[in-house]
Parts: sequence; structure tokens; C-alpha cells
Amino acid sequence: MTSTIRLKTKIKNNITTVRAIIRHPMETGFRISNETGKLIPAHYIKKVLVKHNNIIIFSCDWSRAVSKNPYLSLMFGNSKVGDKIEIAWFDTEGNTDILETVI
Amino acid sequence: MLRRKFLKILTSGLAVFATGLLTSIKTFAEWNQKAFSAKDFNAAINAYFPNQNISESNKIQIGVYDEIENGAVVPIKVETDLNNVNRITIFADKNPNPLIANFNLLKNCVPFVSTRIKVSEPSNIIVVINADNKLYMAKKFIVVHENGCG
Repeated sequence: MTSTIRLKTKIKNNITTVRAIIRHPMETGFRISNETGKLIPAHYIKKVLVKHNNIIIFSCDWSRAVSKNPYLSLMFGNSKVGDKIEIAWFDTEGNTDILETVI
Repeated sequence: MLRRKFLKILTSGLAVFATGLLTSIKTFAEWNQKAFSAKDFNAAINAYFPNQNISESNKIQIGVYDEIENGAVVPIKVETDLNNVNRITIFADKNPNPLIANFNLLKNCVPFVSTRIKVSEPSNIIVVINADNKLYMAKKFIVVHENGCG
């Protein structure tokens, strides 16, 4: 299966910019399905974690009000080319995905 | 021999991979249900920052368009000149659940975050920042033409 996470990193003067897009419906629970006419149940990412060389440097707590296919960008220092970056998410249904890459 | 070594590396690698981030996700699993399900802004902010003073600051830059056609995708960028920032929290006061997202900047992070949010109607976007263990806030009013939460 292809990953749900797309990640790009850019480094300048030891500061790394991470840009990630996660493929996820982020259903609010307020939308009505065109096919069934019923409410689509809420289904959204609650947690995102970012690790740099095995240390958690950044975490998110999200609500249903983060847009579909969430975009996240962050910046951190003390980094160099070849460092390991991991990003993982965890949603309301217990689904999860992880992506690991190097700067 | 080589194959066995390779398999060993592979399995140990997988074990570390699976346990590492997933256990950390579970230990980090506290998610403030009360604040996230609060239905008005004051309840949400009081549940998320109980009994804490929040002072207005002009050192927080909220990068969001003044007027948005479709509230389902509202790009937002938060930056600040405040030092030692460890938390950035975003609210939209008129959303069904005003607390939208919280970002914990745990180590070496530049005080910056950018994402896309849903906004239901013309609202104040309120950003609360924890810097040096004090809370600061700034807000910006935006007009939304199409409900992004429906």
C-alpha cells in the first residue's frame, strides 16, 4: 500500500522546513452523504507526531476542523542533511500510519 | 549466513519501527475531550487553559486571508517574535467546536506552524501561544462565504 503521508524537507542554515500532506477524509460528522442521504460519521485525525533522530520534537492535537487531506508545515533547528525524520498520525478509528525519511 | 543476518536486521528494524512511534503516540494520547467538544469559544478556551491569564500580544502574526470563498480550506500560518514558544493553539470563535488545533513545539522548533482549517462562518481566528510559560493571544477577523463545516 502506498503511504498516506507525503513529506518534503528542505534545509538551510541548519533549519529544516518540513511540509507534509496526509491523505485522510477528516469527516466532521456534519456532512450528509449524497448517496444514502444519511450523515457520514465523524472520522478524523486526532494526533500527529514528528520525530527528529528518534526524539519527539513536535506533536499536534487536531479536531474535525482541520481540512480534508491535512497539510502541515513546521520548522526546526539543530539539524543536518541525512538526519532521520519520522511522522505518524492516529485517528478516531484507531487507524495509523508512519513515514520515515531523511533530510 | 548473510541471509540470516539480513533477516535479523530486518525483523529487529521492524520491531523498533512498530513500537517506537506507536508507543509514543499512545503515551501522548491524552487529547482534551472536554475542550475539543466545547460548543462555544469561552467554554473551549476555559477548558483548554483552565484558570490561566491570557494577555493580548502584538507579537503574534496570523497569516490568513481576510476573505475566503470556501470555508472548507482556509490556509493559515502562525508566526511569532515571542521567545521559548512551546505551544500554539488555534480557535475559530463561531465554529460548532471552536477549538481547531493545538501544536506542541517540544524541541528545537522555530515558532512557526502552517496548516489548513475549516471555518463555518465569518469568525475571529484566535491564536493562543504559550511562551516562557505565559499565555498570549491575538485574533484576526475573517469573512467566509461558504460554510466549511457542513
